[in-house]
Amino acid sequence: MDGFENLKKTPLFDVHQKYGGRIIDFGGWALPVQYSGIVEEHRAVRTAAGLFDVSHMGEFLVTGPAALAFLQKAVTNDVSRLADNQIQYSPMCYENGGTVDDLLIYRFGPKEYLLVVNASNTEKDFAWLSDLTRGFPGVSLSNISSQWAELALQGPRAEAILQGLTGFDLKEIDYYWFRPRVDIKGIRVLVSRTGYTGEDGFEIYCAPDDASFLWEALMEGGEDQGLLPAGLGARDTLRFEARMPLYGHELDENTSPLEAGLGSFVSFGKGDFVGRVALLAQREQGLKRKLVGFEMVGRGVPRAHYPILQAGQEVGYVSTGSFSPTLEKNIGLGFVPPAWARVGTELEIGIRGKGVKAIVVKTPFYRRP
Amino acid sequence: MYPKEFRYTREHEWMALEGNRARVGITHYAQDHLGDVVFVELPGIGRALRKGESFGVVESVKTVSDIYAPIGGRVVEVNEALTTSPELINQDPHGRGWMLVVEVENPAEAADLLNSEAYEEYLKEAGH
Repeated sequence: MDGFENLKKTPLFDVHQKYGGRIIDFGGWALPVQYSGIVEEHRAVRTAAGLFDVSHMGEFLVTGPAALAFLQKAVTNDVSRLADNQIQYSPMCYENGGTVDDLLIYRFGPKEYLLVVNASNTEKDFAWLSDLTRGFPGVSLSNISSQWAELALQGPRAEAILQGLTGFDLKEIDYYWFRPRVDIKGIRVLVSRTGYTGEDGFEIYCAPDDASFLWEALMEGGEDQGLLPAGLGARDTLRFEARMPLYGHELDENTSPLEAGLGSFVSFGKGDFVGRVALLAQREQGLKRKLVGFEMVGRGVPRAHYPILQAGQEVGYVSTGSFSPTLEKNIGLGFVPPAWARVGTELEIGIRGKGVKAIVVKTPFYRRP
Repeated sequence: MYPKEFRYTREHEWMALEGNRARVGITHYAQDHLGDVVFVELPGIGRALRKGESFGVVESVKTVSDIYAPIGGRVVEVNEALTTSPELINQDPHGRGWMLVVEVENPAEAADLLNSEAYEEYLKEAGH
């Protein structure tokens, strides 16, 4: 009995306990929210490196002669622009323009793609995509989530740490590219130069049985480099400072990628895709709301769902808010009508019944040097 | 860990009686459970608090928690240092991380608070 009988566990569950991880229920997964502390882990990733278990992420394989045509229909970005071993970020929409999920697409070859989706959306996405395959007889879709573990090594020293464990020259992998078979200390992994922190770094996919070995090898290799194990808490504050959206906050079934500021990942020119008509209409009629970043002027920490006010009237809401460990300020992202979205606009955030002053600022809040 | 002269609530506040004044803060357990404290909101001097009343908020990176008065009375001191250095609550929860001092109206209200032994027992029972 460990108190987490009813939760799904990643292959690293025992390792998290060994490293002092504080385990929480994260959408049905038993995962560490922190080890030494969110702020310390956050700073380690910004200045040195952090190691995350992201094995809860969902992975689907899309194969067959119609794989590309299917993906072009399913997601908003232009998948035809991918070369072998290249990765693309894309939202995936409903017909009404709301967002099913946002995901990464890895191209192994013209007829073989890997999709990496949010853990909490894995089942919903698989059902949605399965329905869509009906119009594409030449496509096979499989949920291979349980066959992969995934570690994220993030931070300015990530490359040096990983390079110490492999003969493969990591400089050959550019941002948003990957190699499907890299030897790390004798085990075979997929290495991609991607991440969810705003830093340089890698996401490493391996067999579940190899995950603990890989974790320990990385921790040992990073010992004199300031590497810390990092939990979901730091993952969230890191992605937030870099203005990377989190499904359920900046994106959801009622929010379009255009409203969330992700228009550059919507390709109207590529041909038909699910949601195209609705998104085009949004673009032509003008958005009713936009995602903005703001900084608190008055005292208070903005939090998700707090109202955003103008002259005492509610005009929007906070999607993510927190103390920023890098800026040492209280900052937030939220949706407001375009009239209030310009940088420098004064807003108020409703905190425990009081309006506290904030000002719209440029995002991302943090960009790596 | 938990000073013998303090009294504790089941909501993880501590109180130290000094004559007719009570110094109040949150316990080591509370700060450890919250994680890095980044914001504290405390009442103004002069405010009258009832026992059990929520008198402020302590926020960590991830969590917002109410703080409850272990005893009734009027606020006579507030720890201003917490405004700029809320991390004092993590570093020294039973000392420099104190929150406020109240002038106690009815010392008998302390009767149902836990002593250090009972509080440690309470933490154990609750699986902390």
